[in-house]
Amino acid sequence: MRYNQRSIPSIDKTMLQGINLACVRGDRELFRDVSFSLEAGGLMQVRGPNGSGKTSLLRMLCGLSNPAAGEILWGGTSIRALNGEYYGAMTYIGHLSGTKDDLTVIENLRISSALAGFDIGTDQAKEALGHIGLRGREALPVKVLSQGQRRRVALARLLVCKTPVWILDEPLVALDVAAVKLIQELLEQHLREGGMVVMTTHQEIDITATSTTQLHLA
Amino acid sequence: MWIIKRDLLLAVRRQADVLTTLFFFIIVVSLFPLSVGPEMNMLRTMAPGVVWVAALLASMLSLGRMFSNDYLDGTLEQMLLSPQPLSLLVLGKAAAHWLVTGVPLVLMAPVLGIQYDLPGEALLVLTAALLLGTPVLSLIGAIGAALTLGLRGGGVLVSLLVLPLYIPVLIFGAGAVEANMSGMEFDAHLSLIGAFLLVSGVFAPWAAASALRVSLE
Repeated sequence: MRYNQRSIPSIDKTMLQGINLACVRGDRELFRDVSFSLEAGGLMQVRGPNGSGKTSLLRMLCGLSNPAAGEILWGGTSIRALNGEYYGAMTYIGHLSGTKDDLTVIENLRISSALAGFDIGTDQAKEALGHIGLRGREALPVKVLSQGQRRRVALARLLVCKTPVWILDEPLVALDVAAVKLIQELLEQHLREGGMVVMTTHQEIDITATSTTQLHLA
Repeated sequence: MWIIKRDLLLAVRRQADVLTTLFFFIIVVSLFPLSVGPEMNMLRTMAPGVVWVAALLASMLSLGRMFSNDYLDGTLEQMLLSPQPLSLLVLGKAAAHWLVTGVPLVLMAPVLGIQYDLPGEALLVLTAALLLGTPVLSLIGAIGAALTLGLRGGGVLVSLLVLPLYIPVLIFGAGAVEANMSGMEFDAHLSLIGAFLLVSGVFAPWAAASALRVSLE
């Protein structure tokens, strides 16, 4: 079940690197000296118990917060210096769905992709929603959907926003078995095409990638 | 700008929010003639001030919603991570806020002015001053809303932060109508409000964008 999409813009030599990252919340140090390097086609799974700083790390990687120490580099340049250019290369899906309750499913998808710099038409949005299992629900307001369906609306963004880096915080929460399989296939396809994925999950999921990194936060 | 379209669409889906602001304005302005009594001269002198203060409070009332809904459902995060400049998005949101809360007030003001027995020309000046001044309220308000985002009791704090900044607009807005009624030129007042609009149009989105980045960290 391959989904036809534009191929990702060339990301040959690009690389996402974290160097000696540290995170401090209040006066507690969550982690320090975390380093990694992620190349095209690479998957990084961030693991650790609750409260170990997984979400904090992901928010740093997408540029929402600053590391207490260390630096995050995209293609060798600090993401703070790149700003908009990096945001255009990255898709972040966090705990919050980023959908508006009062807007319909299709409006939500079109608006959130426009925000990410991908202007899509109704047809393309419908196709993506159909693929993610929301066919026939395009015109419903998101507030009537179940948790899992909301999650699917958020994840539909991955189908239309073809950015090289995907940063996913617990993408599988609330999803049923079929949807988990769908997301797994989607991630594998993205990795095959040379994308990069950073994700956290508590579920056991087997994703084949050219290189898989496990990052354990104590 | 599609962000304006989005916020307008949301306003259409939640009309109650828009109507409460408008009715608040109408009721506050109408309370004064009822409580002060039908003395024409007094009503006429207090009219500009009352309408402006009511407009200030009404636009304040809806400031809390400017970013907080987007903050709670995570769309604000996505805005921060958008390749488009955040200050431009903030400008769009302030524009939508003005269209939804400011414009109805401007349209309603001449009707309410009749209650105060304002002469025709003064009504026109009042409307013109509000037309120029209400966007400033939305723009300055955006800074306050961004600074207090996610704070408990942010609603009260935002009034304390923003109301003092509204004072210049209030003085020259009400001043324009008073000048006109006492037979003086009011151009200078309107030009000054126009200048406030230009300055806040340039700096407020930028300041609010920086405040949002800090609030979400």
